[in-house]
Amino acid sequence: MAKEKKGVRLEHISKIYKDPKTGKDFYAVKDANLEIEPGSFVTLLGPSGCGKTTTLRMIAGFESPDEGEIYLGNEPINALTPNKRDTAMVFQSYALLPHYNIFDNVAYGLKLRKMDKNVIKKKVTDILDLVGLQGMENRMTNQLSGGQQQRVALARALVIEPGVLLFDEPLSNLDAKLRVSMRTEIRRIQQEAGITAVYVTHDQSEAMAISDKVIIMNKGIVEQISTPQEAYYYPNNQFVADFIGEANFLKATVEGQDMVNINGSKVKCATGSLSAGNECNVVLRPEGAALTDNGTVKAKVVYSCFMGPYQDYHVMVGDTLVKIQDYNPKNSKIYKVGDEAFLSFAENTLYAL
Amino acid sequence: MAKGQSASLDRKKLLGDPVLVTTIVLLIVFLTVFILYPLAILLVDSFVNESGLTLETFKRIMGLSNFRKSITNTLKVGFVVGIASTLIGLLFAYVEEYVKLRTKFMGGLFKLVSMLPVVSPPFVLSLSMIMLFGKAGIITRFLLKIYDNSVYGFWGIAIVQTLTFFPVCYMMLKGLLKNIDPSLEEAARDMGASRFKVFMTVTFPLILPGLGNAFLVTFIESIADFANPMIIGGSYDTLATTIYLQITGAYDKQGAAAMAVVLLMITLLMFVVQKYYLERKSTATLSGKASRERMLITDKSVTIPLTVLCSALALFVILMYVCVPFGAMFKTWGYDFHLTFKWFGLVFTKYKGFKAFKDSFILSLISAPITALLSMIISYLVVKRKFKGKGFIEAVSMLAMAVPGTVLGIGYIRGFSGGLFGSGLLQGLYGTGAILVIVFIVRSLPTGTRSGISALRQIDKSIEESAYDMGADSFRVFMTVTLPLIKDSFLSGFVTSFVRSITAISAIILLVTPSYLLITVQINEFAEKGSYGIACAFATILIVITYGSVLLMNFMIKHFGTSRQIKAKE
Repeated sequence: MAKEKKGVRLEHISKIYKDPKTGKDFYAVKDANLEIEPGSFVTLLGPSGCGKTTTLRMIAGFESPDEGEIYLGNEPINALTPNKRDTAMVFQSYALLPHYNIFDNVAYGLKLRKMDKNVIKKKVTDILDLVGLQGMENRMTNQLSGGQQQRVALARALVIEPGVLLFDEPLSNLDAKLRVSMRTEIRRIQQEAGITAVYVTHDQSEAMAISDKVIIMNKGIVEQISTPQEAYYYPNNQFVADFIGEANFLKATVEGQDMVNINGSKVKCATGSLSAGNECNVVLRPEGAALTDNGTVKAKVVYSCFMGPYQDYHVMVGDTLVKIQDYNPKNSKIYKVGDEAFLSFAENTLYAL
Repeated sequence: MAKGQSASLDRKKLLGDPVLVTTIVLLIVFLTVFILYPLAILLVDSFVNESGLTLETFKRIMGLSNFRKSITNTLKVGFVVGIASTLIGLLFAYVEEYVKLRTKFMGGLFKLVSMLPVVSPPFVLSLSMIMLFGKAGIITRFLLKIYDNSVYGFWGIAIVQTLTFFPVCYMMLKGLLKNIDPSLEEAARDMGASRFKVFMTVTFPLILPGLGNAFLVTFIESIADFANPMIIGGSYDTLATTIYLQITGAYDKQGAAAMAVVLLMITLLMFVVQKYYLERKSTATLSGKASRERMLITDKSVTIPLTVLCSALALFVILMYVCVPFGAMFKTWGYDFHLTFKWFGLVFTKYKGFKAFKDSFILSLISAPITALLSMIISYLVVKRKFKGKGFIEAVSMLAMAVPGTVLGIGYIRGFSGGLFGSGLLQGLYGTGAILVIVFIVRSLPTGTRSGISALRQIDKSIEESAYDMGADSFRVFMTVTLPLIKDSFLSGFVTSFVRSITAISAIILLVTPSYLLITVQINEFAEKGSYGIACAFATILIVITYGSVLLMNFMIKHFGTSRQIKAKE
């Protein structure tokens, strides 16, 4: 549907702000290099204040970068105003025009492009079909629910067939259930429209659910660009490991290729470029280990609680607290607080940093 | 770490929007030429003579005993009026917010009192004061049989100004009291404090900056006021009237300029304290919204005296306003109370009333939409855009609030009678209706801008951003999004500026030429001559016009305003 899918490229982009309290300058975004493929769905993910929204707003043109150049397709767009950029944004607050009805809201961008009335009518009707709002043309925005308003905002952005679609935490104002169904919906519509999308969120499960790629940011710095799976299984650093899902970090020493020593026990673990003798942190996901009587690493149970799908344990390995979720506890032995046990790791689950 | 290219990129983006750039440039030129330049000229006038930089002019005017006297007079009146207005305003606000009002009648009374000073010319109370309490005053002469009472002078000015300005304080303080969280006071009560103790230890400290704010606003209004001291001051001269007489009586333009600088310095100082210190402080202490409704005081020993006191004051104010139309209908005020329309007749036959109303009406009607639009544009730029010069635009358009009309008038005389810098450029403006329109605009711009800014602050920034993002340029965004969303504010700005213009006098009286007859100038003239019947007739018609405009505005907002339109379809 889109006339031309465009990629986005950020080259050495930095944005400097002044801290209003101290008056000191700081990097809101520092030396970001991103390559967003045409037609892909990419998420900027990170805690609040990490620079993800600033990055998005620089792509849209609301903020100007202090260093670097942004390309849309092959065109440098740094000096273009937002209205001249081939982007369309879906805002966190939806930002629908309250004095227009749904039809006029969606038609706004088309009218600015001086399109024929009948063409506009057809396009608006089609797009409202796509987002599932057929027949609502004449409603005012405040007669819609939050989810419906979000769809209007999406339709309004889609209908002008932008090179890139930008999302600024579009689901954060919806309730939890609706958030889940809307994100599937957004993914479906993006796929159907075949449009490039850049999506900002702080919700990692949302990012995992919809993205081809996630860009994880922290304090203005891009920490990792990868598929969601890679980010989960092979995080670049502790921040990423901790931010994507839950992670335990076990202190260990590298013994050799793919072999580490945790608290005196030798365990198989992907060591990457680390060499023997290096101190390292082994990333263990809570579901990556179970408690048994004959595993590898010795542990002492300090907390044990039945959660339904899993038994939740906190155990001490040496002086490190480790959280374990033992799934399907119905068929396994349940350990009580104070029990001694061993961790037994699932195949290919450990990753050393 | 220095800022990189973002500044230059922002500039490039700005230049990519020619309409926006042109607007900003024109605005800056307008503000510079019509607000800053006339004030700067006054400084030049008073500090420079043939021999260069000098304090001669100031020495000379300070040597004038009547000028020195007028400074102390002005400050004395300002203090008394400021304090009295703040206290009465506080009383009204407190009663409205804290005391259970028994009847609808009281609510209506309060509303009327807050409305009257807005729709009436700023000096009608002086007229009624003279007619009620003067030598031929109904109350003094006929009820009390006092035949030689004089209302002229300090007390006359102080009372009239207090009654004129206290509703402003009342409205300001009402807003503050409303925002105090009742649970604060309940907590104090709960711990055993009496009502009086609560007021002194909780309520009063919370609104203290607000009280200071109200005091300074009234203080500025009082010392800038020209018409009341003119009519009821008698030989008691204030700065505004002294300046006026210096230029119209003594033809001493330099001296008048220097005096104007003195007056301006006083108001400016007060304005800076008010705007940058107190206003900030008063919003800082009371940012929270009331968590729930306040338990109103129902205790009769409190309600009855307060209600009676307020009603008496309110009724007195209303009586003074009512006095004006009656003054226009009695044959001879104070002597012959037969009803007659002869004054109205005279207005339109002998005294060219029709031309006066036409001139005033047309000039105000031209300036009103320009002011309204201009103030909306300024508010839009100030709230929604960032660019160099934004601080300048905001500061200068607010500065106009602190410039007394008399000062502006002198500045325009000195700045434009010989063209810009005496070069003859723009000289054609002087003496025309255009310069009157410009004065009207400059005088009403701050109020309009203020209301526009607060309206725009409530609108989510991303609404405009979304339109911008969809491909609209600044002009389109403003016309299709901003303006429709602040239609109410635009309409009220329109009417307020119309009302302010048609009732304005201080700057205008210095600039008007015989080719234009303005109502306020006429009223002032007849009031000074003692022709109260004619003055009242003019004033009555003027009040009818302004009140009609306000009613029309409320009707328009109700039926065509934004909020209603959106709500109605819900």
